[in-house]
Amino acid sequence: MTAATHKRDQLVRMVRRETMPLWKSVMVRLIAVVASLLVAGVIIYLLTGASPIKVYESMLQGAFGNSAANYAQKSWITVRDTMMLLCIAVGLAPAFKMKFWNIGAEGQVLVGGIATAACMIYLKNLPPVLLFLCMVGASLLAGAVWGLLPAVFKAKWDTNETLFTLMMNYVAFQLTSFFVAKWENPIGSNKVGIINQGAQNQQGWFPSIFGQDYMLNVILVMALTVGMFFYLKYSKQGYEIAVIGDSQNTARYAGISVKKVIIRTMLISGAICGLAGFITVSGSAHTISTSTAGGKGFTAIIVAWLAKFNTFTMILVALLITVLDKGAIQVATQFNISKDMSNMITGIILFFIIGSEFFINYKLIMRKKEKEAA
Amino acid sequence: MENNIAVSMKHITKAFGTKVVANKDVSMDIRKGEILALLGENGSGKTTLMNMLSGIYHQDSGQIFVGGQEVHITSPKDAYDLGIGMIHQHFKLVDVLTATENVALGMDKKKAKNNRVIAKAIEDICSKYGFDVDPKKKVYNMTVSQKQTLEIVKTLYRGANILILDEPTAVLTPQETDKLFAVLRNMKADGKSIIIITHKLHEVLAISDRVSILRKGEYIGTVQTSEATVQSLTEMMVGQKVELDIERPEIEDKQLRLSVEHLTCLDKYGVTALDDVSFDAYGGEILGIAGISGSGQKQLLESIAGLQEAQPGSSIIYFNPETGEKEQIIGKNVTQIKKMGVALSFVPEDRLGMGLVGTMGMTDNMMLRSYKRGHSIFADRKAPRDLANKVKDELEVMTPSIQTPVRRLSGGNVQKVLVGREIASEPTVLMAAYAVRGLDINTSYTIYHLLNEEKKKGTAVIYVGEDLDVLLALCDRIAVLCDGKLNGIVDGRTVTKEEVGELMTHLKETEVTADDGSNA
Repeated sequence: MTAATHKRDQLVRMVRRETMPLWKSVMVRLIAVVASLLVAGVIIYLLTGASPIKVYESMLQGAFGNSAANYAQKSWITVRDTMMLLCIAVGLAPAFKMKFWNIGAEGQVLVGGIATAACMIYLKNLPPVLLFLCMVGASLLAGAVWGLLPAVFKAKWDTNETLFTLMMNYVAFQLTSFFVAKWENPIGSNKVGIINQGAQNQQGWFPSIFGQDYMLNVILVMALTVGMFFYLKYSKQGYEIAVIGDSQNTARYAGISVKKVIIRTMLISGAICGLAGFITVSGSAHTISTSTAGGKGFTAIIVAWLAKFNTFTMILVALLITVLDKGAIQVATQFNISKDMSNMITGIILFFIIGSEFFINYKLIMRKKEKEAA
Repeated sequence: MENNIAVSMKHITKAFGTKVVANKDVSMDIRKGEILALLGENGSGKTTLMNMLSGIYHQDSGQIFVGGQEVHITSPKDAYDLGIGMIHQHFKLVDVLTATENVALGMDKKKAKNNRVIAKAIEDICSKYGFDVDPKKKVYNMTVSQKQTLEIVKTLYRGANILILDEPTAVLTPQETDKLFAVLRNMKADGKSIIIITHKLHEVLAISDRVSILRKGEYIGTVQTSEATVQSLTEMMVGQKVELDIERPEIEDKQLRLSVEHLTCLDKYGVTALDDVSFDAYGGEILGIAGISGSGQKQLLESIAGLQEAQPGSSIIYFNPETGEKEQIIGKNVTQIKKMGVALSFVPEDRLGMGLVGTMGMTDNMMLRSYKRGHSIFADRKAPRDLANKVKDELEVMTPSIQTPVRRLSGGNVQKVLVGREIASEPTVLMAAYAVRGLDINTSYTIYHLLNEEKKKGTAVIYVGEDLDVLLALCDRIAVLCDGKLNGIVDGRTVTKEEVGELMTHLKETEVTADDGSNA
């Protein structure tokens, strides 16, 4: 018997929790955010000597402006970028809920953007309403095709969708490079430049609503967010997606055509991501480049998962990540430190938020004092 | 007397969350060289208690003594170091590896030996206790019984003196069970302590020296097996007198409901799983399907449910009681069969992996087979919610709420949810596969009762079972499958257990004697 090695109990034991009341889980997450800010503050101070309070202040200024003159402008840009991220995350939600690993949002956004830019360039003489319909239709279609391909292969031959969607991104990148070269303006700049520039032109640009350039972005994305929430939660198709996400075997037993649902869901997922490309190109960038998606297709995966596919929670998560990102850039310029430093802060904060899930699902039990145990 | 105790558990309490107390102040001893049966209804905390001995869980409070010394078992490795090994219901083997490689897996690097040495050790253990394991055989080629044997050998090789077997006979034929018991007796004679977790009372009486009984997480007592009877054990287990007879009402008016002819199916590897099977099923009777597991039961039920492709020449005709029309089921999928008006219910073997969605609550599971109803693009949740409440009340499903994910419920409650839903659709054909596997006596009788109620309503019930005592008591006729072939249909009222066992293991026709040793 080697009982000697087992004389002491473990110091800490993990025990799975049944459920945690909502208020408590919200508290845990809030504590996580506060703790992350404290830890990040200490690290900032140790590495740069800058006051953490100043750094956080600077982050907020980066996201929401630092003077009366640019509060509104900066805030709107933050809102615009949040909407973009949210739109992609909303598009990813049905795919991931079905446990279909669509990591091809980046490519789906790009092809949607290409389709939009093509309409803006070639169809600029159409009446505005018709032009917009063309842009919406083309971007939806392009994104849907990009989602359809991996879905068909998955449904018919059970290929690995993770690799397939990932590789579709590279195809989209190359396609974008091709069109950037084709639409180069001015020649030799290796850029498309602002499409339909000039006050008289602006064909295919989002109109201002209530004097706000990005209001239409907000309206469109919020409509998608609400729509997707009800689609996933209350529609029959949403139910099918949830069943397949849990067990394909159960889905077959229930008479759900798994192939059909995979293809249909990826059409929707790809189309919404394509629409995100439309919103970016038509609603803010007014140009197209290989960085139009800018990694948001990947960041949106984090948003979707952190929000557990609840599209309303995604609004908060997307806002948080965008604010952190904006803040990071501001900190980098203001304190003349590398942007990597501010990325570290973002990383620390995300680490704590994701880490807090552990404390929501498990509780820790410390070893009792020796006297008690004896 | 004290040094005769191998393991002693004192005041063990273990709770999951705040609501479920799996074990409450349990104290019991396991002696050296004895077979102790741990008996209790489902959810009585047997497996949880043993998982604490084998290092899967840790008790909230209480102490464990091994060889008289207090120990803290915090991992399965700790348990192995203390000579405690557990054979779980779900085998922890790697399919693509051989028997030897599986035994070598997870061994300490320092103690690692080459495969030849291990193969030799396996053979030594086998000859010592009377096991039958081919060290070179890959696990995926093994029968369930062989896998179980390998698990036991693996545990013994690691030096276990105290073996815990969780429901070891659930997957075995009567013959295989006898063999297992012979081996267990040999191990006992060698001084090993064996704990066997089981529901099957006659097995308790056949194999054990003492019986410890748990009820609702609490320790009820330990009795000498020689002084116990089925009735006395049942009373301790359930806490009240239970009528052990299964009723078998006689229905006069039997209507032909389903006619299966020349049904041949392949399994997923392309091997013939069901070979030219023909039989009829009548409304108002329970047709039992007996057979060693993997004899084609799964393919048979799934063919009728529209989930399994059949070979050309197969035919399943459904006689519609309302229109009187004959409908061919072969070649149709689940949705098409439903559209044809075939009122078919199916309780599959894999409850959470096929019959239910584990992450959803009762309400959402109730609508699994009916969510398409109506033309709205939105799913109606009112009717399923009402049904969920009805099933919860009528079948006494223990759940915190109808929104609680069903995977959090105990096995018996999961089955009640599934059976409740399937019966609620008022089927004319009801198929149930291993409907009481892992269920306690009370829940089992609830299920038998529900099946009988359906039979009285004129439903054709097809019941795939493994417990011959139950099949013989419940079914009007029993179709026996052997190796994918229908080896005979017998009258449940007159046939004996031995006759069915014989039909399960030996094909009547002489032309096929596919005995590759898998049944040996």
